[in-house]
Amino acid sequence: MEIFFQQIVNGLVQGSVYALVALGYTMVYGILGLINFAHGEVVMIGAMLALSSLNAMLGWGMPPLLALPLSLAFTMLGCMALGYGIERIAYRPLRHAPRLAPLITAIGVSIVLQNLAMMVWGRQYHAFPQMIANNTHTLAGAIINDVQIIIFITALAIMAGLMVVVHRTRLGRAMRAVAEDQHAAQLMGVDINRVISITFMLGSALAAVAGLMVSANYGLAHYYMGFLLGLKAFTAAVLGGIGNLRGAMLGGLLLGLIESLGAGYIGDLTGGFMGSNYQDVFAFFVLIAVLVLRPSGLLGERLAERA
Amino acid sequence: MTINQKSKPLLAVLAIVLLLLPFFIDALLGRGWVRIADFAMLYIMLALGLNIVVGYAGLLDLGYIAFFAVGAYCYALTGSPHLASAFPLLFPHGIHLSFWVVLPLAALLAGGFGVLLGAPTLRLRGDYLAIVTLGFGEIIRIFLNNLNAPLNLTNGPQGISRIDPVNVAGAPLNATQQILGVTLPSVHLYFYLFLAFTALVVFTSRRLEKSRIGRAWMAIREDEIAASAMGINTRNLKLLAFAMGAMFGGVSGALFAGFQGFVSPESFSLMESVMVLCMVVLGGMGNIAGVILGSVLLALLPEVLRHGVVPLQQALFGKMIIDPESLRMLLFGGALVVMMLYRPAGLLPSRVRRRELDTDEVAETV
Amino acid sequence: MSFYCVRPLLLAALPLLLVACGKSSSEQAAPAGKAASSGELLVRIGAVAPLTGNQAHIGKDNESGTRMAIDDANAKGIMIGGRKARFELVSEDDQADPKTATIVAQKLVDNKVSGVVGHLNSGTTIPASKIYNDNGIVQISPSATAVSYTAQGFKTVFRVMANDAQQGHVLGEYATKNLGAKKIAVIDDRTAYGQGLADEFIKAAQANGAQIVAHEYTNDKAVDFTAVLTAVKGKKPELLFFGGMDPQAGPMAKQIKGLALDLKFMMGDGGYTPAFIKLAGDAAEGAYASLPGVPLAKMPGGKEFEARFVAKYQPIQLYAPYCYDAVNVMIAAMQKAGSTEPASYLPALAGISYDGVTAKIQFDAKGDLKDGAVTMYQVQQGKWQPLETLAASAAAH
Repeated sequence: MEIFFQQIVNGLVQGSVYALVALGYTMVYGILGLINFAHGEVVMIGAMLALSSLNAMLGWGMPPLLALPLSLAFTMLGCMALGYGIERIAYRPLRHAPRLAPLITAIGVSIVLQNLAMMVWGRQYHAFPQMIANNTHTLAGAIINDVQIIIFITALAIMAGLMVVVHRTRLGRAMRAVAEDQHAAQLMGVDINRVISITFMLGSALAAVAGLMVSANYGLAHYYMGFLLGLKAFTAAVLGGIGNLRGAMLGGLLLGLIESLGAGYIGDLTGGFMGSNYQDVFAFFVLIAVLVLRPSGLLGERLAERA
Repeated sequence: MTINQKSKPLLAVLAIVLLLLPFFIDALLGRGWVRIADFAMLYIMLALGLNIVVGYAGLLDLGYIAFFAVGAYCYALTGSPHLASAFPLLFPHGIHLSFWVVLPLAALLAGGFGVLLGAPTLRLRGDYLAIVTLGFGEIIRIFLNNLNAPLNLTNGPQGISRIDPVNVAGAPLNATQQILGVTLPSVHLYFYLFLAFTALVVFTSRRLEKSRIGRAWMAIREDEIAASAMGINTRNLKLLAFAMGAMFGGVSGALFAGFQGFVSPESFSLMESVMVLCMVVLGGMGNIAGVILGSVLLALLPEVLRHGVVPLQQALFGKMIIDPESLRMLLFGGALVVMMLYRPAGLLPSRVRRRELDTDEVAETV
Repeated sequence: MSFYCVRPLLLAALPLLLVACGKSSSEQAAPAGKAASSGELLVRIGAVAPLTGNQAHIGKDNESGTRMAIDDANAKGIMIGGRKARFELVSEDDQADPKTATIVAQKLVDNKVSGVVGHLNSGTTIPASKIYNDNGIVQISPSATAVSYTAQGFKTVFRVMANDAQQGHVLGEYATKNLGAKKIAVIDDRTAYGQGLADEFIKAAQANGAQIVAHEYTNDKAVDFTAVLTAVKGKKPELLFFGGMDPQAGPMAKQIKGLALDLKFMMGDGGYTPAFIKLAGDAAEGAYASLPGVPLAKMPGGKEFEARFVAKYQPIQLYAPYCYDAVNVMIAAMQKAGSTEPASYLPALAGISYDGVTAKIQFDAKGDLKDGAVTMYQVQQGKWQPLETLAASAAAH
């Protein structure tokens, strides 16, 4: 039973990481109907900026509790600028182009960001500095540490914060209007370019937080880390229903749980024929099953029969 | 296909140029480039296959490389000593079927997998379809990577080596051959083999495009509900698109296995699917000429940059400032962005698409 | 077919023309074996490794090791067949992709290299070896460990690294005999390297009476191993063997500590890096890893090599000393044969006995290291310390 609880904790922690990144995907998708494939790389840049700024500040002798928020702020600003730039350069000119055109520019931007990061930060894996004494706690036999608790709470808090922004503020109303109908929103006096830019910047700020959290949890940063994370988070967003904030959270947590329970129990379920090597197969089968039953994801709205 | 009287001489010139091409490349650039040209043709076949699914039927497929893998492993298993280790009694020397026997099998098997993928995804659209197909591609790769235990079927991550070369008229293509006094090295021989298959694939694509089926696919792409209201069996036609596309992939996969003599799961990663999709979209979805152009460009570009980056830097700065490798991939990514910004509908968009873009630019963005 | 279909093909020919122009201006150097400007003998040596992608840090290390050997050789003014030789490095990036590997292999053949040091991974080394063999070019892999690489019957393939069978055998014996583990868990990363080594380790451990209580899997891009480690925890093994590289091993060691697993952690050469200790932090303490060859410090010239390498590039990641040896053993064979033609110096290489910085290098009939030794290391006070060097000769093929 201890092992089972531990797997649940593992899944929730991993799931929160996915959820944090998935929120960024879903924000942009909700407004523009566009998969921002470069989002995983923005997370990576976030991790790298956090790494550099933290190391610099700690090097100046700054106390960790001051360096951490400063570095977070710096990283968020950096990523927001990056997100703004990506949207201006790679997406805005293609807003009326065929649907797949921005997909290609997104892939191009990903490759550029990866290789830029490789030039700036080098090819090696960087150890991420440990900021706080990472105390561990035992909960019904399962072990969890402070960083993991912080990640879980941050993911929930960010989702709640975004819900408030989207549903309770003027900006959120403008966002929803743009999502509903760009032309009508424009006629109603919404500056759609501004709204879309802000959405990208918000999404990128989330990516910055996610990058810092992921690096702090696993203790490393590398220019290639965005790829797999982005892919998993994208899967999570689709599982929950892309474009839906609660869906991203739910999808992330579910995917985390599926993965950890899958890795832990496939072997027993299949009598040893399959093992944790089929963890991703298991996850994709669940995804396919969900989408066959609910073609728009768990919490996705039933878009009218149009793509 | 009606051959335009005016274009007939042009076609003849093209044929002669293509037949002489390996010799030109070899003399001017070196044999390495003939090999790159061989791979470019494999990509053309793959991209034309994906074009059926994405370009004609409008179904976004991010796991297309799986069919390439199915074809490749089909020939790798039946044309190598590998299975001797799993079934020593049944096949003491492995199976060594002729390539020409395996080829239709590979096409059929890949087509079957296409239907297998298509069936559960019929109701899905756009991005949901993208993620399911992506998952399908990964599932195939993961199985190939892990089916070395309990029974060693695929040899797992180690891959399968010593695959038999393709034989044409009893002559193995992996060795230099003398034909009518002309010396043809292996890469040239494969060039002609792939050229023949590429021509076949182009021909088939063209016929499909102009056929009833092709028009039905395009109707589905433009408006599925309207298409089914017109009496088109959208389910069967979508499945057919997946199967046809997959067959092209299977054929090029078998060719790849014979050419390379070695297959391993790492050749069939998600990035490969993405690259093939890029070729289709960049060149111009739904337009055969565009897709060919896209494949050739994207297959050559990294290699052109590989050769070009060092001299370029040396000419500009007199020394190496940036690692040639990182600069190469950086320029590649940049080129993708720039080309797409300048030609959002692809370098050579299909005529139908171009008309759409002119008249109703919003329809596409929804 | 209309003109519409023809135009793109003509367009597509453009880049080829561009390259043709670029090439003719950039390549003035003469092919190998021919006299260069001042009566020197120009010898091109190819080096291939992934220089982009997620293994680039190891790949660049390989390139640096090769480059240093070539710089050294040029500084020494080596004579081959009575003429002064000038060595030139042709470095290529194979992106760890088998297809790209064959393309760069063909490119090196076109460039008339006398020999190739590479590739990094087994998955790229094997398809490329066919092309080198077809063209009679000597290939020495510094790091590909798959048994099948030298089992293809090619005369041109060599390696200066113990293969999976040799290393896995030593690891399995050490885990059972020296560390006394009875219940062992294994995790591999499903790459050709990780899976190959883990399977050989399992064979050797079982042969020595240990029980494999769990065999779990991850991949070479993962950072979260809590799920598989928790599954391992449930089986209560005394030792965990990981077949994979340092970017995974580092966080894995950390998570082993975080989940309070009480076991010994063991890896192959993929874990024997400074990066592992950096990434794992204090969790690295007590971890075991193997590395083929004798510790650098114990080899003549080994310490001096390391000091110069660190001063010139960066701390040794993994295989740089093997690349250094690979180039030197190749040059030694060329000197012995008095020729840089692969066909002439190949027999000299096959029969060579050379004191490298990693080991005394001799090849068996297949091109594998003869009597290769494997050294076990442990992290003690934040540093890799050699424990003992074991003979790998007992390893059966």
